[in-house]
Amino acid sequence: MSITVSTSVNGDAVEFVCPPEETLLDALRNRLGLTGAKEGCGTGDCGACSVTLNGRLVCSCLVLAAEAEGQEIGTIEGLAQGDKLHPLQQAFIDHAALQCGVCTPGILVAADALLKQNPEPSDEEVRFWLAGNLCRCTGYDKIVRAVQAAAAEMRRA
Amino acid sequence: MRYEKPQTVAEAARLLSAEKGLSRILAGGTDVLVQMKSGLIEPDLIVDIKALPGLRSIVAEAGGFRVGAAVAGAQLAEDRDLKKAWPGVVEAANLIGSTQVQGRCTMAGNLCNASPAADSVPALVAAGATVRIAGPGAARDVAVETIPAGPGKTTLKKGEFVTSIFLPARPARSADAYLRFIPRSEMDIAVAAAAVNLTLDAEGRVTAARVALGAVAPTVLLVEAAAAALIGSKLEEAALEKLSAACSAAAKPIDDKRGSVAYRKDVVGVLAKRAARIAYTRAGGKQ
Repeated sequence: MSITVSTSVNGDAVEFVCPPEETLLDALRNRLGLTGAKEGCGTGDCGACSVTLNGRLVCSCLVLAAEAEGQEIGTIEGLAQGDKLHPLQQAFIDHAALQCGVCTPGILVAADALLKQNPEPSDEEVRFWLAGNLCRCTGYDKIVRAVQAAAAEMRRA
Repeated sequence: MRYEKPQTVAEAARLLSAEKGLSRILAGGTDVLVQMKSGLIEPDLIVDIKALPGLRSIVAEAGGFRVGAAVAGAQLAEDRDLKKAWPGVVEAANLIGSTQVQGRCTMAGNLCNASPAADSVPALVAAGATVRIAGPGAARDVAVETIPAGPGKTTLKKGEFVTSIFLPARPARSADAYLRFIPRSEMDIAVAAAAVNLTLDAEGRVTAARVALGAVAPTVLLVEAAAAALIGSKLEEAALEKLSAACSAAAKPIDDKRGSVAYRKDVVGVLAKRAARIAYTRAGGKQ
């Protein structure tokens, strides 16, 4: 059994065919060529596959691709405006908030979802919000600093 | 595996009843997809219930709230009226998993996954919530605590599924609270948990109470002796000690890497005391 899925990714209408058990993460990566979302654990613990589903932050490894029918998906590929990096992306570079980079797309998507609903979070709120995004390199301090720097920058804009 | 997204409850019940192999309900998927990934289950049929009418909304009903079975944790947190009336239920549901998991996980799923450590379930039991079950026959309403039958097992029959959870109307000066113990501050499974739901009179005396415990038995426990310890009290130390002792006595936990029997029995009493204090303060009582 194959399912034809019509959905919207970063505002673009897309269509793909997949088996019913395929995850949204696999469809994004292998059918749509959007490889920003990563598979870390595949069980919703690490957050490397974070995307938004109708504006809500979710793990794309815990969503079936078939569920995306008629919904709106947002991925890391939609964060920058053309060649212009999003303030979060720029802040992560400026603050060296990444090392290997595998967790970074998920953390950026998650941090963007946070700042959309809370433009001025405390450090504690940032840490709790990102508790489902594991980073084994940085120790998180630089990530929190980068998120706060981007938040400040976005409040000024 | 087949994936179906029925538009009516009757169609969903028909699909589930007709399936000869293994079927699973998909709402938030935060348990089902993990079980599929780990090879624990290989369903023949997945029935996505998110298109069924009313399953994604929280609706005022008879002074209470009907919460659709596919309402996500994040959605509960955004409902001010629900949070005001049932702060303990909402805080319990919001403890499940990460922000990402909150974007999908549901209380109905938490209940039907039937983990003894499910966070929202003790709070729902203390709240006196009922669940509406659809299936091949007529819809029926049952108390939340009748659903879990043991770890990973429910009393739901073939073809049956939960369509909503109902949280009843609140008398004045009522509140609830939920506390769990985990060895870290986020993203963990309860070692022991307690939910307390109280109603006070104008003098701050407890007139009604329900106390439920999680992670200390194969299923959630509704502890009547613990509630009785609070009723008639103003949460004096003696009443809290009786509450704590009743909870420790009722607990029948397992020994595992997350906690020993003795530890869990002790901690669950302490949690019940603390949850009772929080519920009491929220209900307007002064200690």
